[in-house]
Amino acid sequence: MSWLWEIFKATLAAVAVFTFLALVGAMLGVYLERKISGWIQSRLGPKHVGPQGILQTVADTVKLLQKENIVPTNADAITFNVAPLMAAVAGLLAWIIIPFGPIFGRVVIVRDINIGLLFFIAMASLIVIAILLGGWSSNNKYALLGGFRSASQMISYEIPLALAVLVPVMMAGTLSTVGIVEAQRGGWLGIGNWFIFGLPGNRWLLIPGALAFLVFFTAATAEVNRVPFDLPEAESELVAGYFSEYTGMRFALFQLGEYAEAFAMAALTTVLFLGGWHGPLLPGVVWFFTKMFALVFVLMWVRWTYPRLRLDQLLHLSWKGLVPLGFVLVLVTGWLLI
Amino acid sequence: MTVGVNHYLAVSALLFGLGLYGILTRRNAVAILMGIELMLNATNINLVAFNRYVAPGALAGHVFALVIITLAACEAAVGLALVMAVYRNLETVHVDEINVLKW
Amino acid sequence: MGELGAFIILALVTLLPAAAVVTSRNLVRAAMSLVPSFLGVAGLFVLLQAEFVAGIQILIYAGAIAVLILFVIMLTAGGTGTAVRQANEQRVVGGLAAAALTAALLALLLRTAWPLAAGSLPRANVAAVGSAFLTTFVLAFEISSVVLLVSLVGALVIARRER
Repeated sequence: MSWLWEIFKATLAAVAVFTFLALVGAMLGVYLERKISGWIQSRLGPKHVGPQGILQTVADTVKLLQKENIVPTNADAITFNVAPLMAAVAGLLAWIIIPFGPIFGRVVIVRDINIGLLFFIAMASLIVIAILLGGWSSNNKYALLGGFRSASQMISYEIPLALAVLVPVMMAGTLSTVGIVEAQRGGWLGIGNWFIFGLPGNRWLLIPGALAFLVFFTAATAEVNRVPFDLPEAESELVAGYFSEYTGMRFALFQLGEYAEAFAMAALTTVLFLGGWHGPLLPGVVWFFTKMFALVFVLMWVRWTYPRLRLDQLLHLSWKGLVPLGFVLVLVTGWLLI
Repeated sequence: MTVGVNHYLAVSALLFGLGLYGILTRRNAVAILMGIELMLNATNINLVAFNRYVAPGALAGHVFALVIITLAACEAAVGLALVMAVYRNLETVHVDEINVLKW
Repeated sequence: MGELGAFIILALVTLLPAAAVVTSRNLVRAAMSLVPSFLGVAGLFVLLQAEFVAGIQILIYAGAIAVLILFVIMLTAGGTGTAVRQANEQRVVGGLAAAALTAALLALLLRTAWPLAAGSLPRANVAAVGSAFLTTFVLAFEISSVVLLVSLVGALVIARRER
């Protein structure tokens, strides 16, 4: 009955990761977002609920849970209910292949699949269907338009995402996340071998490495619908885009899926380009979380610095800028590695 | 009882039959394309199953399945572009109403 | 035993939504049922130790082709309401023909004694597929890339609005 034990272990690991994400990702993420945006705008963020406003997200979640669940008339009830579930599940499933660091010698990861990165990109592409179905089943013109815009934005930015992922994959020679982090071990102060700085024997790879980092980070920001690419959810544009008609817990599920995916993109950037858990003195797990939260801070910082791109500017940036750049990076990396 | 090649062949035959039923009986052009995708999936299951059970040395089945997935994507893209062009000109996507060339 | 249980679950996840795809009166629900069917096929690929093909199946079929089908359904007003009759006049004949072909296929496939070979697939799936594409099957690789380019340009030209 060893397969039963395997299923039990996998379920337990998945539940642990999802609970951790629901607490850290959603709650801490929303709190950080409000505090950091407050400081950038010269004001204090939430302060009243709990010490320094830490319990603000708990209060918000309780408020959302007790709101009425409205299904619009003439909306397709099954599709309306399935869409936020699919978004949340696909966003959370992407965390299966993220390695957190070595604890007592073993790397903490739910499952080190040998096609790990391909699985991550596949999960990111499943969220598009959830958004389209959510926009359509709301029976609302604005939600439908928001769904179309968001879906076309996300599929346009999947291509630069996948091309930028190919650069560290070629440098490491494997699609497994643990393999890619292990290929960045050693180096000067534990930093010198990070893929953003190229390979130790081949320092010319710094150029495609750093450019691929930028392309990946830009495409990741667009994939999770954050400013400057958040036209589909802008309040001044289409009410709230594809989730205008969602109330209460379903709205919270959409938000959970988005925040989980944003954190997953930050985590994957540290795994691919910034060395995962390698660093000078502190234990690996501490370094991993430091780098991941540094990237999340950069995401939030960018949000309040840049204006929003219009839809055609957004699509031009992807198809005419990032896709050719991605192809050139893959070619240059391949040529430099021979 | 272990899973043998016959199990996968049975699943792919059933999927193929379902796709064929979709192609033969649907009026909407996009629904016919969905039936075609189901049939292509059935052939992919067959190829990969044969690769695993009959010829595991080489990866010819996987390679062929990947080529079929690529060509299915191309065919879906061109087919759906044709459906959009027909809709723009004839205002309908039901294949039994697209009969302007009949005398 | 575990493998048989997984196979039965995955086969049901593949076949039941496929039945919904070909019989549902609501086109958006039919397109939505394509997604679990494709994911079930990807699961069957994983069970057959073809992980790379499974990943590509999810990425391209469920992530791109299903999205394209949903887009076109929503843009051609095919999903408006269930009052439109979705099945044409040859439902009975079509059903009989499909059932006859399925029965013939099942009889043919299940009665043949396939030459089973013992052995296992290469562990490093992706590297093996990559090297196979660039050595033995390089012609298929190049031709499919040309077909991709042609269909990309062709789809753009056909679907473009007349100026």
